[in-house]
Amino acid sequence: MSLDFPTLAFLGFAVTAAVAALATIAARNPVHAALWLVLTFFSVACTWIVGGAEFLGIALVLVYVGAVMVLFLFVVMMLDVDLAPLREGYVRYLPVGLVVALVMLVQILALIGVRAATETPLADNAAVAAGVPNTTWLARALFTDFMLPFEVAAVILTVAVVAAVMLTLRRREGALHQDPSAQARVRASDRLRMVRMQAEAPPAGRAGEGEGA
Amino acid sequence: MGNLFAALTLGHYLALGAVLFCISVAGIFLNRKNVIMLLMSLELMLLSVNINFVAFSRSLGDAAGQVFVFFILTVAAAEAAIGLAILVTLFRNRRSIDVADIDTLKG
Repeated sequence: MSLDFPTLAFLGFAVTAAVAALATIAARNPVHAALWLVLTFFSVACTWIVGGAEFLGIALVLVYVGAVMVLFLFVVMMLDVDLAPLREGYVRYLPVGLVVALVMLVQILALIGVRAATETPLADNAAVAAGVPNTTWLARALFTDFMLPFEVAAVILTVAVVAAVMLTLRRREGALHQDPSAQARVRASDRLRMVRMQAEAPPAGRAGEGEGA
Repeated sequence: MGNLFAALTLGHYLALGAVLFCISVAGIFLNRKNVIMLLMSLELMLLSVNINFVAFSRSLGDAAGQVFVFFILTVAAAEAAIGLAILVTLFRNRRSIDVADIDTLKG
C-alpha cells in the first residue's frame, strides 16, 4: 500500500473537521459550540489549501474564523440566555436525528459512488498548469467574467451592514446624546444674554466679597 | 481501502462534504429550540456545500467553482450579520431565544 503525504494530511484534517463538527452540535454551551465550529472551519480551510485552493482557504480563515465566528461569540456572550429549557427535547430527538443523518449520509455516499470516485486521482491543478498562483488564476476569472456579480456582492454586503445596524439601533428615552449640527450652528447670542440693569452698591456687611458677583 | 491513502481524489472531498452536511442536518434536528445553534448548523451546511464547489473546481480545472465559493462566503457573512441582528432584537423584546416562543403568527 503506497502512502501519499498530502492524502494523509487531508485525511487528518478531514477527521479533525468531522470530530469538531460533531462536538459543535453536541456541545451543551453555545460558547463551546462556537469554538468547536472555529476548529471545523480551520480544518476545512486546511483541506482546501491541500487541494490547491489557497486563496479560498485563507479567505475562509479570515472571513469565518476572524469575523463571523467572533461575531457569533460576541452575541452568544452578550445574551444572558437560560440554557436549560433550550436543551429540552435533545434526547427525545436524538434517535430521529441520528437515523435521518446516517441514512442521508449513506444515500449521498452511494450517490457519489465514492468507490468509483476514489479510483482516479484529482486532475492536475489548472492554476499550476497555467503557470500562475491560485490567487492570480482566481482573480482573472473574478475580474473578467464575474465582474458584475462581484459588484453585486459588494452591494449585498453594504446592505447587510446597514440592515444589521438599523435592526439593532434603538433610541432610549432619557439617554443624553450630542447633537453635532446644533453644536455647530450655535451663536454667541444663544449662550450669552446682555442684561441692562441698575448698578448697585454692595451691601455694607459683605463689602469684601461683592467684587466677584 | 488501499487506494484511500494512495492519492487525493474527488471522492475524498465529496465524502467530507457529505459527512459535514449530514452532521449539520443532525444539528438542526437536535438543537431545534436554540436559534444560535440553528445558525451555526446553517453555517456548517454552507461550508459543506463549499467543499463540493472547491473539489469540482479543481477536478474540472474551472475557476467558476471557486469564484462561486467566494460569493457564497459573501452571502453567508451577510446572512450571519442580519441573522444575529434579528436574534439580538428578538432577545431584547422577548428575553428568550427559544424557537417555540416565536409563535405570534400562529394567532
